[in-house]
Amino acid sequence: MAIEWQLGTVSSTRDETATVRTFTLGLPAWAGHRPGQHVDLRLTADDGYSVERSYSIASEPERAREVDITVERIPGGEVSPFLHEVVVPGDRLEVRGPIGGYFVWEAALGGPLLLVAGGSGVVPLMAMARHRARAGMSIPTRLVFSSRTYDEVIYREELDRLAAARDGFEVVHTLTRGQPPGWTGFSRRIDEAMLADALEPLGAATRAYACGPTALVEVVANALVRLGLPPDRIRTERFGPTGT
Amino acid sequence: MSEGRAMDERMQRLADMRDDPAVDLSLDANAIGGLLAGIFGADVTGSDGQCASCSTVSVMGTMRVYMRGPGIVVRCPACTQVVLRVVETPRGTMVDLRGVAAVRLPG
Amino acid sequence: MTERFVTRGFVGRRDQGTSDDGIAPDDRRRRTPPGQYLTSDFPVLSAGPTPRTPLDRWSLRIEGLVDRPVEWSWEQLLALPARDWVVDISCVTKWTHLDMRWKGVSVDTLLEGVELDPRAAFAIAWSDGGYTTNLPLGDVLNNQAFVAYEYDGRPLAPEHGGPARLVVPARYFWKSAKWIRGLRLQDRDEPGFWESLGYNNRGDQWLEERYSGD
Repeated sequence: MAIEWQLGTVSSTRDETATVRTFTLGLPAWAGHRPGQHVDLRLTADDGYSVERSYSIASEPERAREVDITVERIPGGEVSPFLHEVVVPGDRLEVRGPIGGYFVWEAALGGPLLLVAGGSGVVPLMAMARHRARAGMSIPTRLVFSSRTYDEVIYREELDRLAAARDGFEVVHTLTRGQPPGWTGFSRRIDEAMLADALEPLGAATRAYACGPTALVEVVANALVRLGLPPDRIRTERFGPTGT
Repeated sequence: MSEGRAMDERMQRLADMRDDPAVDLSLDANAIGGLLAGIFGADVTGSDGQCASCSTVSVMGTMRVYMRGPGIVVRCPACTQVVLRVVETPRGTMVDLRGVAAVRLPG
Repeated sequence: MTERFVTRGFVGRRDQGTSDDGIAPDDRRRRTPPGQYLTSDFPVLSAGPTPRTPLDRWSLRIEGLVDRPVEWSWEQLLALPARDWVVDISCVTKWTHLDMRWKGVSVDTLLEGVELDPRAAFAIAWSDGGYTTNLPLGDVLNNQAFVAYEYDGRPLAPEHGGPARLVVPARYFWKSAKWIRGLRLQDRDEPGFWESLGYNNRGDQWLEERYSGD
């Protein structure tokens, strides 16, 4: 059976960075989702022209009847500039989902967990992290997160809070284009050495999820295999060029 | 297909892909999960699918999809041959499934 | 069929205006086929991974209903008489780019050295990576088609079809086969990669022949 379209209402928006915004969509008929799944959005002009885009759900399933999507504004894109510049709370958008049976994690699957993100690839992993926190799990979890600059780190403050909870959740940032004064973290692209460091305390039973641009995800997946993680414990989601 | 050979080919393809702008034009078929659900009648992104060209079984959501063109092309992650193609026309959606040997629908 | 929900304020991609291209607005309108918008970009569209045939193993072939097949190596192709082409290109995905500058060899030149069988009526272009497209022979003769190896004064980039692609300006760009390796002359038509899945067999952008049945 095809997954049906339903109407969601934008109840609020939140700017995560200068170019990234989260939209909370109220969905009265929403049946719930699993962390890592996504929704399709469909936009239709009055002449019938329509486009669809997929967005990972950023929110945890514990929040009923609403989902967050986090959208990076891509200059020249067809959809993201519209979402950023035109859509306001009260607007309705067509949504279909949840979709995805592969790149999902829920507490029942256990851990330890290695989450690896490039840029807006952090979105589905954030749903996993938020779910883990809401479920009260203390599964050892490491998020290795590559961003261009400090100001472009999506969910930065919330990630700081999750790490400060000292319940087994840690974040390793790497800033690849520019670092603030006094930065002591990584400043290079994610590579095997960085992943080996993150994996070491987690151990061989780790489940890994990597999401982001294609090239990054391929590097990460191959490195994790070389580090001894069984391929069936490595799940990847490649965004291609970030959705426009 | 043996693990070892599949790994070598993956590494070679990785080396090619590093220089390939078209790599960034491919997504996971996970991104067309809604479309695939319309074709197969269920969300098959987590389901096994067998490539008709090389017989490799892969999770459907991990197949490579090229969609910045006249239509949607899904390719086998192991051998890159076409698994399925979709064109949405004003007179209906055309689907070519010749590259799919089999799909295990979710139970 | 139920009424489609209309999204407030959404108009989709519209003309991106290319005001610095030196073309008068009236001219620009006249040269834009129906349903198209103008761009000064060269969008990269693909149906698969970029092929990577090394030039020392590359060849271009004319085969099929000819007296004997002909093949050129890369060096031999570059040695053929070539010219500059400035043409308007339209893709079925609705972008049109005016005055695209190419360098390449006319298909007429490629066919000079062969004798066509009188039954030859169609040219099937085939490419690295498995792509094919079909054209009536009459659509590729008389300087209507060329094999391009330079775009905008530079060697044709792999993502745009390099080292060499077919260009047929009077048809939607899917007929301009990237990574071309040969033309096969046939008596019978053979719908290509997109033509066999709902796209128009002929693809004339001025008649808006996008889909079969148009």
